[in-house]
Amino acid sequence: MPRLLDKRLIFVTGKGGVGKSTVSAAIGLAGARAGKRTIICEVAQQERVSRAFKREGVGYEETELSPGLSAISIDPQRALEEYLRVQVGSKALFNILFQNRFFQYFAAAAPGARELVTIGKIWELAQLERPWTSAKTRYDLVVVDAPATGHGLGILRTPRTFRDIARVGPIRRQADKIDSFVRDPARTGVVVVALPEEMPVNETLDFRRDLKKEMGLAIDAIVVNALYPERFSGPEAERLAKANGKLDAMAQAALKAALSEHNRARAQRVQLRRLKREAQSVSTLPFLFEPELGLEDFDRLSRGLERRL
Amino acid sequence: MSVKRLIDRRKICVCAGSGGVGKTTVSAAIALGMAADGLKVAVVTIDPARRLANSLGLPELGNREVQVDPERFQAAGLEVRGELWAMMLDAKRTFDDLVEKYAPDERSRQAVLGNRIYQELSNAVAGSQEYMAMEKLYELHEGGHYDLIVLDTPPSRNALDFLDAPERLARFIDSRSLQFFLAPGRRGLKIFGRGTGLVFSILKRVTGIDLLQDLSEFFQSFGDMAEGINARAARVNALLASRQTTFVLVTTPQIDSVEEAVYFRRRLAERRLPFSGIVVNRVHDDPGDAGAEGVEDDLGELLGDELGRKVARNFDDYRALAERDRESLQRLRKEIGAKPLVLVPYLDDDVYDLAGLERMNEHLFAAGAAA
Repeated sequence: MPRLLDKRLIFVTGKGGVGKSTVSAAIGLAGARAGKRTIICEVAQQERVSRAFKREGVGYEETELSPGLSAISIDPQRALEEYLRVQVGSKALFNILFQNRFFQYFAAAAPGARELVTIGKIWELAQLERPWTSAKTRYDLVVVDAPATGHGLGILRTPRTFRDIARVGPIRRQADKIDSFVRDPARTGVVVVALPEEMPVNETLDFRRDLKKEMGLAIDAIVVNALYPERFSGPEAERLAKANGKLDAMAQAALKAALSEHNRARAQRVQLRRLKREAQSVSTLPFLFEPELGLEDFDRLSRGLERRL
Repeated sequence: MSVKRLIDRRKICVCAGSGGVGKTTVSAAIALGMAADGLKVAVVTIDPARRLANSLGLPELGNREVQVDPERFQAAGLEVRGELWAMMLDAKRTFDDLVEKYAPDERSRQAVLGNRIYQELSNAVAGSQEYMAMEKLYELHEGGHYDLIVLDTPPSRNALDFLDAPERLARFIDSRSLQFFLAPGRRGLKIFGRGTGLVFSILKRVTGIDLLQDLSEFFQSFGDMAEGINARAARVNALLASRQTTFVLVTTPQIDSVEEAVYFRRRLAERRLPFSGIVVNRVHDDPGDAGAEGVEDDLGELLGDELGRKVARNFDDYRALAERDRESLQRLRKEIGAKPLVLVPYLDDDVYDLAGLERMNEHLFAAGAAA
């Protein structure tokens, strides 16, 4: 089995708000540092990674963020156009189909169509011969900043669903290719991001079970993000709790902040231990006391992470 | 400010916001608080992950509402005068129920439920949750059994999907007109003229002939149900825009959550959907921006130099976050004008049981928590 960074596609998912974009950026940077031409695929239209690098979203253009690291934000409509153009062959015929009102309704509203072209485009980016575009750029590694666990799994599962629906024909063949790619642990890796809290840990464990059941895949790595430092020992925390003296409001607030952070750090360790008992390949990233993460923060996290991936 | 004023006797409260802000927890807490107040409340989650069951300590929530056992309240030391019901949406079952309802006869019902494409789509495809969430919300509302329905939604970019869901469903059904292409008989040709055959042959190139035939069957099996489902989608839209509904946004002071809340707020305004306020979860207590130079010395005297220094360093970090929170709140206030913000402080432990919900409610339902 290749190391995570030697795979061609890394799918980064996790409960909402746990820092999937941050971890995707960190993995992308690690890939680029390892000499791989890497692209980060953003799928939720939020473009958090590219905004952090460039202060603006990159849209549906493969854009270099830093040496060896590019990004694209997948627009399902554009991806569908690309795919159909290739399938239909002729530009004139493509226009007839695409401008048809009922076809438009159907394509926009068909359940799962957006998910299918999204995972299709991700697959396309990971091919050395790019089948949908005339783009000459090849990527060694595609990192997907995927939607939250429930939807993330849905996207991974979609090719199989369409493969079964279509039975035979071009859609079947296309869906088959994508499905076998994402199910192949030699080429596709799955990273789950969690916070050291009760519900994200539960969701991570549920996701692991469902991924095994529905895709036959194992999680390659679990990254526990935003772990508070353990600043105070148990005896120190006791001294803080008992501290009793004349303090002004600021010092009182400082004392209170120390105690609540100690409590949180301790509760986090309980959850982290629980996760580690149940699952393997758990690594952690520290909580960064920054109002908003910047490039140097991604770099820091990336260097911390690459040793363990 | 209490969320009670945000809800203000409305029948439906939709909680929306970006992922990980505590939306499910806030939804459950609001439902619990309103039930404690004497209402009969149902809380519905459409999140594909099974979080609400977690929050309420229920082993599993099905597609039907389950009453939270009043003994659980007693055990947690809560006084709840009304009733709390909870359910987690099962998209497949809801879709089946919809078919049951609108199929004109047994034969059409069997045709749809037995259709292979229907089975695959309603079962497995991401996104069908959103279609069905609105349907379930409407059904619960129509049933008239609840004083209040609280709806928890998936993360906000997806929540926009759910706002679009009724219309998208209607359009999808509308595209059944494709069946005229798919099986271009006399009717199809009459409506679409001679171009029809061409579009058909292009589609065939994309999908293959077998899939086209299957699709054609699928749309035909929907046949007469389309009108009923379309009309219903329109009524769902009307309900969401009516005075019976209110949208409450949930966010944290983190900058990207705040941006999401602002974005969502604008989308609601564009659609003229009723918005009543924002719950800001996990706000750091603001120690104010007075100087903290003396803190290390004062603490050093009390705790010894080493521990005093550690507490002071910790406080520096804490204040950086508190300052970000202050700026985020200012941004939100500017954005929403006269509408209220309800603040919930960053609690020491995460909330995942009834006792935790109650702790949260001390702030959600506080008389003095106005911001």
